[in-house]
Amino acid sequence: MHVVVCIKQVPDSAQIRVHPVTNTIMRQGVPTIINPYDLFALEEALRLRDVHGGEVTALTMGPPMAEDSLRKALTYGADRAVLLTDRYFAGSDTLATSFALSQAIAKIGETFGAPDIVFTGKQTIDGDTAQVGPGIAKRLDLLQLTYVSKISSLDLDAREIKVDRRSEGGIQMLHGKLPCLITMLEGTNEIRRGSLDDALRAARSQIVKWSAADAGIEDLSKCGLRGSPTVVKRVFAPTARTEKAEQITTTDKALGDLADELIVEIFARQPALEHELAFDASA
Amino acid sequence: MTLTANQETPPPAVGRAGLKKELPEQFKDYRHVWVFIEVERENVHPVSFELLGEGRKLADKLGVKLAGVVLGPPGDATQHAIAEAFAYGADVAYLVEDPLLEDYRNEPFTKALTNLVATYQPEILLLGATTLGRDLAGSVATTLLTGLTADCTELDVDADGSLAATRPTFGGSLLCTIYTLNCRPQMATVRPRVMAMPQRMNKPVGCVIQHGVPMLEEEIVTKVLGFLSDVQSTNSNLAYADVVVGGGLGLGTSENLKLVKNLARVIGAEYGCSRPLVQKGWMPADRQIGQTGKTIRPKLYIAAGISGAIQHRVGVGGADLIVAINTDPNAPIFDFAHVGVVTDAIRFLPALTDVFTQRLSPHSRDKLAN
Ligand SMILES: Cc1cc2nc3c(=O)[nH]c(=O)nc-3n(C[C@H](O)[C@H](O)[C@H](O)COP(=O)(O)OP(=O)(O)OC[C@H]3O[C@@H](n4cnc5c(N)ncnc54)[C@H](O)[C@@H]3O)c2cc1C
Repeated sequence: MHVVVCIKQVPDSAQIRVHPVTNTIMRQGVPTIINPYDLFALEEALRLRDVHGGEVTALTMGPPMAEDSLRKALTYGADRAVLLTDRYFAGSDTLATSFALSQAIAKIGETFGAPDIVFTGKQTIDGDTAQVGPGIAKRLDLLQLTYVSKISSLDLDAREIKVDRRSEGGIQMLHGKLPCLITMLEGTNEIRRGSLDDALRAARSQIVKWSAADAGIEDLSKCGLRGSPTVVKRVFAPTARTEKAEQITTTDKALGDLADELIVEIFARQPALEHELAFDASA
Repeated sequence: MTLTANQETPPPAVGRAGLKKELPEQFKDYRHVWVFIEVERENVHPVSFELLGEGRKLADKLGVKLAGVVLGPPGDATQHAIAEAFAYGADVAYLVEDPLLEDYRNEPFTKALTNLVATYQPEILLLGATTLGRDLAGSVATTLLTGLTADCTELDVDADGSLAATRPTFGGSLLCTIYTLNCRPQMATVRPRVMAMPQRMNKPVGCVIQHGVPMLEEEIVTKVLGFLSDVQSTNSNLAYADVVVGGGLGLGTSENLKLVKNLARVIGAEYGCSRPLVQKGWMPADRQIGQTGKTIRPKLYIAAGISGAIQHRVGVGGADLIVAINTDPNAPIFDFAHVGVVTDAIRFLPALTDVFTQRLSPHSRDKLAN
């Protein structure tokens, strides 16, 4: 079995800067991690491999330094890592990203064997869109299973898969066929620590680095800014409200009196609540 | 969005200079604002009505019609959804009724919606950022090769009629306004509770346009084996609660969460928490409030021991009245709370619960006692 897991390197913290002219995000100096949601996808892929045999390929599109994330994926136990990196990908929105990744996955298929499952995390913590997974699925014409909380069965001979999928009001149990794309829900498994062997192997491993041309991408107009139908017009900080909270402090007041004072304040500001909460104003 | 694979400075060779400004000929006739009315297991998701409220404003600004799009199996539920779409402001409804659309599956829904769009050509298409809406929107946008802006917090139409979609980025620390320049429709998703619920009107049902799904059951790979409904559907309750009590790391231990739960029980509120509590396993993920959790819009939000990080803030910004309880008078939460109590939440919450209990009507007190 061959499983491809798409991961993304994301900034670890909220301390980011915006380029004053281009309004693009400047990542220099900000520590990076593997998008936490993707780790659940990676772990699920490794588990399937441990049970069914085969290989796990970790794939990322990003700047050269995204290699760090791939090396980390190798220490977790991935068998191979592919970095898709080219200046033509700069400024990709989700549509352009899904194009580039799908092309790379097709190339991975040609080079290392067709994937049975492609995994992604539910979403990223920087973009938060949850769109790249569905985008890849559509581009590669793969069955799409999103928000999967559990793979309940996988039959490689029959090419069948059964999953639990989170929906708004419950869990949908679905039956599908391979190959498919799965976006994994968070908290669905315990992420492994990675063995010493894996760490040593990761340190020695070569990371496969592909440019757009290497990945067989001919139509560069579908990549990067040019291939992105969405355009960021403006990036700005949320406006801070000017007036601060009216503070009530404890000094020389019993907690009960303080509570009383707060409740009076709440009802003064939201009179409707007094009625709705079935409070007896005269009590 | 310029968020992916970004290099320090975008090389000029692939910059925006060469982008076409003019809308291609094939999109020039795209008109009207569409809202996808999400019906799952016979229920209309309230986010659909919130979107109709927002869609109404956009349609009025553009001087076009607002349409609700309902996909589902033949039956009362879809008819009801149509009637509700009109009651919440739609001028027109598009209806695809087919047994294939019984339970949500990506393939027939994507096929039905892309086919509708290709046939009737809307300029704007809005969906809820629910599990269903996001699953569907991603596939539809990719099939149509158009732009999709996720999780918007603000929608507007600019001077030349383009949709300006504003969304938080980088965990809520920044906002960005995104345009879809050369493609149609301009698609966006909006999270539940971000937009206000519009007034429901008593309006007669308007024009309904029926359409089919060009697909057969044999062509659909996915089969639904079953559905396990959430026993207590905490999901929607938290987002739609009028009063919410939230607990943060300041409560110190998971034991102390009962202080939050007690207060919530006494005042008939829902309870939620900041993200670290979910990460520690003190509360289930569907109780998390904020950027990567639920957006709430209560009349009253009481935040106890929560610092008020930007990612928490974006989830509670729509609350009418925010009361913060925090020992640190300089905690960021006091920058956006309306009333602040500078005190130890662990001691104060029981006192507050007591005083509330005393003020309960005898009727409510009896009910609570039982
Ligand atoms: C990509 C990303 C997404 C995120 N998404 C979310 C999200 O959806 N929701 C979310 O909430 N967070 C989210 N976070 C985390 C967020 O940045 C903060 O870390 C988190 O909100 C802090 O939680 P807290 O306020 O409970 O804890 P802390 O920041 O530790 O604050 C505890 C507060 O309690 C106060 N305190 C201490 N003792 C007491 C006491 N006895 N009584 C009263 N007050 C006391 C302290 O003064 C302090 O202000 C996200 C972060 C990232 C990077």
